[in-house]
This record gives sequence, structure tokens and C-alpha cells, in this order.
Amino acid sequence: MEGLVIPTGVEALPEQIPRPAIRSIRTSEHVLEIVSDSGEGAQKCGQIFGNVSARMGNGVWTVEIIPAEIEPPPRSPAGASGNRVRLGKGPVTNWGDETELVVAFNEQALLGRHRLGALAAKATILIENHWATHADPAIRGQWSEALAEMEESGYRIVEVPMEECCLTVVENARRGKNMFVLGLLGWIYDRDPDLCHQQIESAFRKKSQDVAAANVRLFEAGYAWAEANLDFRIAVETTPVDEPMVVMNGNDAIALGAVAAGMELAAMYPITPATSVSHRLGEMFERFGGVLHQAEDEIAAAGVAIGASYAGKVAFTITSGPGLALKTEFLGLAIMAEIPLVVVDVQRGGPSTGLPTKVEQSDLLAALFGQPGDAPHVIIAPATIEECFQVMVTARRIAETFRTVVVVLSDANLATGMQPFRRPTIDPAWLAESPDQSPVPEGMQPYEWDPRTGLSTRIIPGQPAGMHTLTGLAHDEASHVVYDASTHQRSSTMRSRKLAVLQSALRPPEVNGPPDGELLVVGWGSTKGAIEEAVDRARSEGLSVSSLHLRFLSPLEPGLRGIFDRFTKIMTVEINYSDEPDDPYVTEENRRRGQLSFLLRAQTLVDVDCWTRVPGEPLRPRMILDAVRSRLSMAGAQ
Amino acid sequence: MNELCSLAIFGAGDERSFDLGDYEGPLPRWCPGCGDHSVLTAVQRLLVAEQLEPERTVFVSGIGCSSRLPHYLRTYGFHGIHGRALPVATGIKLHRPDLNVFVVMGDGDCTSIGAGHWLHATRYNMDMVALLLDNNIYGLTKNQTSPTTPQGYPSNTQPRGSWLPALNPVEATLGITNASFVAQTAEWIPAHLYATLQAAQRHRGFSFVRVLQRCPKFTAPLFEEGVRKPDAIELIVHDDGVTVPALTEVYRHTLRHDPLDLDGARRLAEKSDRIRLGVFFRDASRARYEDIRRVRAFTTEEKVALLEEELERHAV
Repeated sequence: MEGLVIPTGVEALPEQIPRPAIRSIRTSEHVLEIVSDSGEGAQKCGQIFGNVSARMGNGVWTVEIIPAEIEPPPRSPAGASGNRVRLGKGPVTNWGDETELVVAFNEQALLGRHRLGALAAKATILIENHWATHADPAIRGQWSEALAEMEESGYRIVEVPMEECCLTVVENARRGKNMFVLGLLGWIYDRDPDLCHQQIESAFRKKSQDVAAANVRLFEAGYAWAEANLDFRIAVETTPVDEPMVVMNGNDAIALGAVAAGMELAAMYPITPATSVSHRLGEMFERFGGVLHQAEDEIAAAGVAIGASYAGKVAFTITSGPGLALKTEFLGLAIMAEIPLVVVDVQRGGPSTGLPTKVEQSDLLAALFGQPGDAPHVIIAPATIEECFQVMVTARRIAETFRTVVVVLSDANLATGMQPFRRPTIDPAWLAESPDQSPVPEGMQPYEWDPRTGLSTRIIPGQPAGMHTLTGLAHDEASHVVYDASTHQRSSTMRSRKLAVLQSALRPPEVNGPPDGELLVVGWGSTKGAIEEAVDRARSEGLSVSSLHLRFLSPLEPGLRGIFDRFTKIMTVEINYSDEPDDPYVTEENRRRGQLSFLLRAQTLVDVDCWTRVPGEPLRPRMILDAVRSRLSMAGAQ
Repeated sequence: MNELCSLAIFGAGDERSFDLGDYEGPLPRWCPGCGDHSVLTAVQRLLVAEQLEPERTVFVSGIGCSSRLPHYLRTYGFHGIHGRALPVATGIKLHRPDLNVFVVMGDGDCTSIGAGHWLHATRYNMDMVALLLDNNIYGLTKNQTSPTTPQGYPSNTQPRGSWLPALNPVEATLGITNASFVAQTAEWIPAHLYATLQAAQRHRGFSFVRVLQRCPKFTAPLFEEGVRKPDAIELIVHDDGVTVPALTEVYRHTLRHDPLDLDGARRLAEKSDRIRLGVFFRDASRARYEDIRRVRAFTTEEKVALLEEELERHAV
């Protein structure tokens, strides 16, 4: 094999010259990514690498780089598919800033990432070089143009003969490069080869043994090539893991959480990026006596879940923005008729079909105000992957206790991000309860609202003496259709009161950082890790900044006004659209603000500012840090 | 799901008997002369005859005049939203196969706003009775054309007459894969209506019954011929379908048709020379979704152990 370490601008080192000593880079954190065309398995490579790293004691956050199409044209900058892995010494809560090491299967996918500004200025790039000598002159031309475009950025580019090396192990190199690359990374980051072998075998457990064995050989080939040819290694410090941990993405966590919550029916219609929840359920739900129903459309999925909930344990439906829109009328019915229901909305970019595979937090107001009429219900947003698991237990409990709809707002960042977290301890109480089938006490009514709380006991079909007709029409305690003013006023009050009661049971949120200061950054959902990292950095620079992260968005968590009063300025950070204050025509009065900012202003009468972006990717801590700095200097200047 | 099934077996060893009073709800608020009254009566007779336990019987409806029907019964009822009765019924039956499920829809519900669900519910073939109360018009919203309004018949939205040929719901249902029971009856022939409902209730599968029904306000003329002239009607009779011997004295046109003959059923459904009442198609051997999807009950201990196994797959 030829030595092909070609640092940019340096002549290839002749074979006979001994390689320079290996430089070992020690760091407390590192971001790398693997990019390829769709279907080349870069995602699998990244996931296995992440799992191995987690097992070796690194904090890990991995996130998929996904094009919207299954197999976009090969070798196109927009078609980059892969995985981004951030390793840390301690827990990693977000995907970090720019990438420091990239392995690219072709120069076009790499170019796509370069143009997006995803790569750090001095990033190291390991690139498949068989395109340089490809038979097609057009491809050779693209190769040189792309490399020329990237040259000015100061990257260190290392060419790797992936195709050539893989062909020594398998016949079709396209299907083997990912494990070869895993081998490269295994050597660079000093990953335990036995652990890698185990994970490869586990990843290919559904295929034949030959396939698994070939992939292990590819890994070894990559490892050996790196060992023979590379002059650097990266040691990311670790923290020993002293408690049982699990690693999964947010959609798997929702699926497992739903099972742990004792839910027995999920109804859905395929929609990105929510669908993989149903893939995980499809694999396992029946083993638990559960039913995953793929309905004919989004509306039917809501209807089936509502019908099931009405007749038994709480069911749930899984969707994303466009599907949430379609389910709206049914959610209004469930709220009006007080049928418990859990709706999971894994948000993506909108409006309309928008950015199906990309993260955004633009559904908050639609989730909150989408139903015509007054339709009070609960909205909870998990902030971490671990919370995606726990939220399902909470959501079911609230839906049943309060006889209402609970919308869980996750997003594409949580859905595809993977992170190790403490293995949940299953409480059998979550699962145990079965719907009451005992006779209904004489005289008990289907909506026997406690006048103080609005709460009432649900009657379930099968209960003798409980017969009544539930209706989406205005109704009284007996579920009789009544249109008179006092009944509608009273029943509206009862449905609304439940939210106030729920809020009274919530704890005030905790401020991250000092409880007072110049700026309080408020976030919700998947941005927690990035916001807290940015705010912590800002504080270490001497800035007076704290942050607050909300899980409950309806009702809002208690005590916000008191918390806000201790800061000079409040600003939300969100992944949704807002006008910049200095945009043309934009005034204080007409400025369209971030969705949480809108809500907080309305609910607290505090002048809550916002900094939001819709980049189609998670926010980077540095972007937030810059925003914090600039808002503070603006405030200082005034 | 299915601790419920064992909990809910009130039927076993149940010594209770139910009479009409056990199924009667408040007085209906439909217009005098509305076909919904006849359907309600037939349904109540059926509940008595079949002794369906009120607490284990659910009537699911959409929105429209006919969808008020559950309110006038003393069973469980689910009066939901327009066009969406079938998904709700699907969810109920999927989670609770032990419940008797009836679906009551109007022509707007079933053949227009909720038409997609009609196709799929037919294919799911879950054990429930689906009644399409078809008065050829939107009544509750006051006289708008529905998909089943005959071409040329005027309404408030198409005052020069319905633009298009009417949709034929029987023909359409017969075209759907896995359909298992398709019948048509008329509310003005109570004996036939009752016999058809009974056949539908006893069929295990999705029993689709189109009930031709007068709206005295907006479509009375459309049904006049069928009501006044017995010769305008042909009864489809068979031992495996519906046969009401007393009716054959009034209705001279009868046709023996084996309900297993799907091609024959489709040919009959296409014809428009007479109003045909009876069972067009019935095949009890068609796959039922709730049987296919039936899962066994698991104890909490089993579930916890399985969940630990699933978590183990993600263990670090």
C-alpha cells in the first residue's frame, strides 16, 4: 500500500523516509463527522463510534446529517448524509460548534458541509481519494475544483485510498467504506477494538454471520491503514462511568417511554421526523401487548387514538407539524369531551412541508392555539433525550388525571440526536393501572366537575350504569347537549380551571446561574444544552448572564414573573423565526417575535426580547454566545 | 390491552334481561316524518331482540341529523366530529374487541368529508355495524347538495340541480378490497329495515348498511316513488341474506341472489332501473383486523422484565 499522507501544499512523502513521530492531541472535547452519499452507511458508522465512545467513558452527542431524499443524486453538495459526533470528558448536552475532524466519502459531500460553515477553520479532513484518478474526466475536474475551493480555509487534508483498501476485503467497496472508516476513527481516537467488534456484530445481527465478519475485517483494514499512515491521534479525556447508562436517540426514548408509561395503543401516519418512533414501536410493541396502528391518514390516526383512549387506557398519536395541523379538529373534540390523549409532535421546519428532516421549534403556537374555540390543554417539551423517555410517563398521568390532551413537543434535534443517560428505573406503578370497569355509583354523572378544580371522574364503556353519550357539542354535567349561556360559561370555566390546578402542582423552574443579573436567557425544548453551555461560557467571560429552561409551556411553569423581575433584560433563544429589531419596516409594535417570547410577553407583561434563528440545524453554543454578547452590549450602549 | 377483556365479561352468566325501556333515551328532536325516527325504532328493537348489554354497546356517530341518534339511546354513545365516526369506532374496537360497536353516519359524513375512512374501515373489516343514513342531502345545515343527491336535483348550493351523477355507495363499497357485508334497506319498510339490521349485527365483520331515508324538508320527492309504488322496488332475497316473507305479498319484484356472489352483487348494484333492497354481498370468511391484531394480555411483571430487555439493547 502506498503511503498517502499528503498534507496540503506539501509534496507526498517518499516511502523510504521514516514517518514523523505521531502527534497525540489531548483534549477535553472534540467534534467529528462522517459524510457520504445517502446509502453508504456513514450514519451507521457514526452511531457505532458514538456507542463505543460512550462505553469508554466519553460524554457523547451524535446527530444525523440527513438529506430530505432517500437517495439524492450521488456526489452532490446538498446530498450529504452522515453523522456528527461530539465527544467530551463529561456529559455532552448538545452538538457543539464547528467540526474539527471530517471523514468524507467524496469531495462533493464535503464541499456541502464546507459551504454550510460546518467545519472549523483548521479542521482535519480525511477524504476518499479515488475520485482524483477517476476514469471520468468530469469527476476529476470536480475533485480539483472542490479541493481548490476549500484550500483557502486552512484545512489539513489527508487523502485516504478507501476504495482501494476496501476492495482487498470486499467486492463492493461502496458497501464497506463505512466500517473501514470506523477503523480509521478507531485508531485515531484509540477506541477499544474488542468493543468495536462487538458493536459491529450487534449492528449487523440481522444479517448473516459472513456479513458481520466481513465488516469486522473492513474495520481492521481501516485501523491498520491509519496506524501505518497517519501521524496524529486524538485523545479525548474520559470520566469513568459509575452507574448503568443507556444510549439512544429521542425517538427511541419516546417509544420506550410510552411503553414504560403503560400505553397500549399508538396510532400514526408516516411523517418525518416522527416516524422512527413508530419503527421502534413496530419492533417491540406487540411483545408488550401493545398495538401500533398505521392509520389511513393523520386525522384517522388521531381518531383511532381518541377512540381507544375513550374506551380504555390512554392512547397516543405521533406526528410532526403538517400532521398536527390535520389533527386539529380531533384535538378540539378530545379537549371538549375531556378524553385523555397524548400527542407527540416531533417538530421540523415549516410552514407547509418546509424542511422535513431539519430541526425547528415553530409549532409551539400552533400546538397551543391551533384549535378554534377555547381549547385549554397541556403542552410539555422535553429538553433532553432522557426527558423524551420520562415525558411520556408524565404525559399519560396528566392526560388521565386532568382528562385532557397533552401535546409533547419534541424536535428533529432530539429525534436524531443520541446521548448516553442514566438507565431509567422502571416503576411498575406506571404500568399497572387498568381502566375501571366497576359499576358507576348511582347518580354519578359523566362530567361531575369539582367546582373548585374542574376535575371529574372519567366513565369508561363497559362500566354498568355509566351509559351516556359523549359529545363535542356544548354539554352539561350529564353530557346532555345544552346551549344555554350559563352552562357554556360553567363548562368552559371547568375545562380552563384544570390548567390553573395543574400549574399549582408544578415547581417553579430553577435558574441556571445566579438568580439575578443583567440578562436571563429563556429557552424551551432541545436547545437547553446549547443555551446553558453558551451562558456558562459567557459567565466565565465575566458577563452577568443566567438561563432558564421551561418544560411546561401550557400551563407555564409558576413563578416566572418573580424570576424575571430579578434580571435587567429577558431574552428567549429559540429555533423559530423572528424579525430582527433593526430590520426595515420593523418596529417595536409590529415586530414578530419568537414563539416563546410572544407567549411570555402575553402571560407576564414583561418586555421579553428574543434571539431566534431558523438554520435548519441545532443552534451552536457559539452563535448563542455571540447573541448574548451583542444583546448585552446593545443594552449597555442604551 | 387486554386485561380489559377479562374484566369486561359482564355478559358471562349475566341473568339480566333488557326491555325496550332499558335502551330508550330522551325524546328525539328530529323533524316529524324524518326517517331517523324509523331507524331509531328499528335499532331499539334490535337491541332488545339481541339482548345487547347497554354498558357494552357503543354507538359512534359523526355530525348531522342522523348523528344525533346515540343521544336517544341508553347505551354508551360517542357523538364526535363530522366525517370521523369510523376512525373513532376503529380505535374503540381495536382497544376493546369485547364491545359491540355501531356507527351511525349521514351521507355527508360517510361519502363526502369522511370518504377516505369509509374505504379503509371497509378494508379493516372490523366487527361493527356501519349505518349510512342516506337522505341524499345535507339536512342539518339546511339543504346543500350531497354526493348522493341525484343529478339535476336542486339545492341551496346547486340551485340549477346537482351537477354530477350521484355517487352510488353500495357500488362503491362493493369495489373495496376485503368488503364483507354490503346491504341496502329503506326506512319506510320497517320490517325490511329491522331484518337487515339484524343480519348486519349478526355478521362478524364490517357490516355496511345503506339506509334510504326520507328528509321531509328537503328530499321528500326523491323517495316518493319508492314509498308509494311497491313496483319500483326489488327485494334481493336469500337464506343467507334477508328474507321477510310477509313483504313478498306487497313487493312483487323479488330476486334470489346468493350474497357470496360478488360479481353478481356488483352488477346488481350498478343497475338503476329499480330500488334494490337486501343483502348484496356477505362473506364471513374475510379477514378481520381486530383478529389479526389481537395481542395477549401481559402482567406488569412481564412488562417490566421485557422493558429491561429493551433497555439492555441500549445499555452502555
